[in-house]
Amino acid sequence: MEAVDGNAIAGQLHQHFGTDMTTARGACAHCGARAMIAELAVYNQAPGAVARCRACGSVVMVVVEIHGTTGVNYAGFHLERT
Amino acid sequence: MAGAAVPGRLRWQSATVLELVDETPQCRTIALAPADWPGHLAGQHVDVRLTAEDGYQAQRSYSIASAPGDDALRLTVERIDDGEVSPYLADELRPGDELELRGPIGGYFVWEERLGGPLMLVAGGSGIVPFRAMLRHWAGGDRSIPARLLYSARTLEDLIYRQELAELGADVRFTLTREAPGGWDGHHGRIDRALLTEVVWPPAERPLVYVCGPSGFVEAAAQGLVDTGHQPGRIRTERFGPTGT
Amino acid sequence: MPRVSRGFIGRRRPVADASRVPPGQYVTRDFPVLSAGPTPHTPLSDWSFAIDGAVEKSASWSWEEFTALPAEEVTVDIHCVTKWSKLDTTWRGVPLDALLEHIDTAAEYVTVWSDGGYTTNLAIDDIADGKAWVAYQYGGEPLESEHGGPARLLVPHLYFWKSAKWVRGLTLTQDDEPGFWESYGYHNHGDPWLEQRYQGD
Repeated sequence: MEAVDGNAIAGQLHQHFGTDMTTARGACAHCGARAMIAELAVYNQAPGAVARCRACGSVVMVVVEIHGTTGVNYAGFHLERT
Repeated sequence: MAGAAVPGRLRWQSATVLELVDETPQCRTIALAPADWPGHLAGQHVDVRLTAEDGYQAQRSYSIASAPGDDALRLTVERIDDGEVSPYLADELRPGDELELRGPIGGYFVWEERLGGPLMLVAGGSGIVPFRAMLRHWAGGDRSIPARLLYSARTLEDLIYRQELAELGADVRFTLTREAPGGWDGHHGRIDRALLTEVVWPPAERPLVYVCGPSGFVEAAAQGLVDTGHQPGRIRTERFGPTGT
Repeated sequence: MPRVSRGFIGRRRPVADASRVPPGQYVTRDFPVLSAGPTPHTPLSDWSFAIDGAVEKSASWSWEEFTALPAEEVTVDIHCVTKWSKLDTTWRGVPLDALLEHIDTAAEYVTVWSDGGYTTNLAIDDIADGKAWVAYQYGGEPLESEHGGPARLLVPHLYFWKSAKWVRGLTLTQDDEPGFWESYGYHNHGDPWLEQRYQGD
């Protein structure tokens, strides 16, 4: 199973945050590695999309569609203020 | 950089199918007139949503093949055997049909003149689609920024937009990974460090490199670029995967 | 209300026996591969299956010990929450009943855990009495890694996210503790016949 990247969840994130998030930077809550959301490893052949840190593999973000609403959990990703 | 997207929620809108053009046996370009298109940047994509009579829905993302300012919004779809969405778009759709889409989406994998260059595009298979938009955009400008494309496909028949790409005026190089026709004067074989060293500007020139295609292709090409001395910060990647569940 | 796309039906095909297809599902002939992360590759020499947590005494089996246990072949229908169902799938595995037989516990729930960090929660009632197996063969062949090999949980009466791939053990718990997908909004129980896809359904 090869991962795609944060571009694959760009539409869902835009829907949730109200703006494009692909160039937003953050740090993995587990190992501190920094990345742009577009660079995260994304597994989207699943009941939701799981974004993982490329450095340590930890889950940094999970996107689900529940009854027509996009839910984004990014507790594993410390977004940097722009 | 939010591109040409209007800040705020993306909205689904209807787009009328104007024209269908077969690019290769597997790929078809759909020309669309969306109801309320805000414009876009080269490299962005749209989400397309199909709804069956019983309410069943399927959604996929497609890179925009047209440049900002082109006469229609164009998407190029590759037919995946037994796919959920692509056979419908590639075979069933007719001029006059309505297609639901939202966009433009994405601010990372975009190129516009103000980002500079030299501009190096590395495409694998259907990864060429956003680069058509970028090269058409480049061709419509003053072309002062050098632009080069390295496009890898299996066979000659798999090269999408082959004629058109050759005529845009950028430096276009092809490599075929399976059989090449007799008299082929392009490259042969997968993209590797040797080919990247030959084709890509040296790291000292600091090219802005975009890599697009299937995940495995992108991983290998991006690693090859880093291995040949290019800065990761000057490399942008977009991975296409199997279509979503 | 989204506009209907003229002529679109997707991959769905009519099925001879619709009574076997839960609401909102369609039958597929292929076997889609879904995953929340990269495919783990634990060598069999490092593999073990453990039952621990709220138990008097935990138990553990090596691969040799595990595959020496009495196993059975079953043919079942499976239903994924992403709407595909696959009928008449054959598996070979060890029934959970055999594994739990000598476990002394008052716990009513389990957290299933796998290589790669995946978890899912189940009531013991949902894995006992012939309802679940730890399967290591599919279609008469060793279970492929992309489908969860060397061994996965098989709980066909619930949505297939409960049939954890790359399973390594069960931790018995007093309370029902949401696993991976459950903690992101999927249903704690997951009965496809009641369409229990999401929390609150």
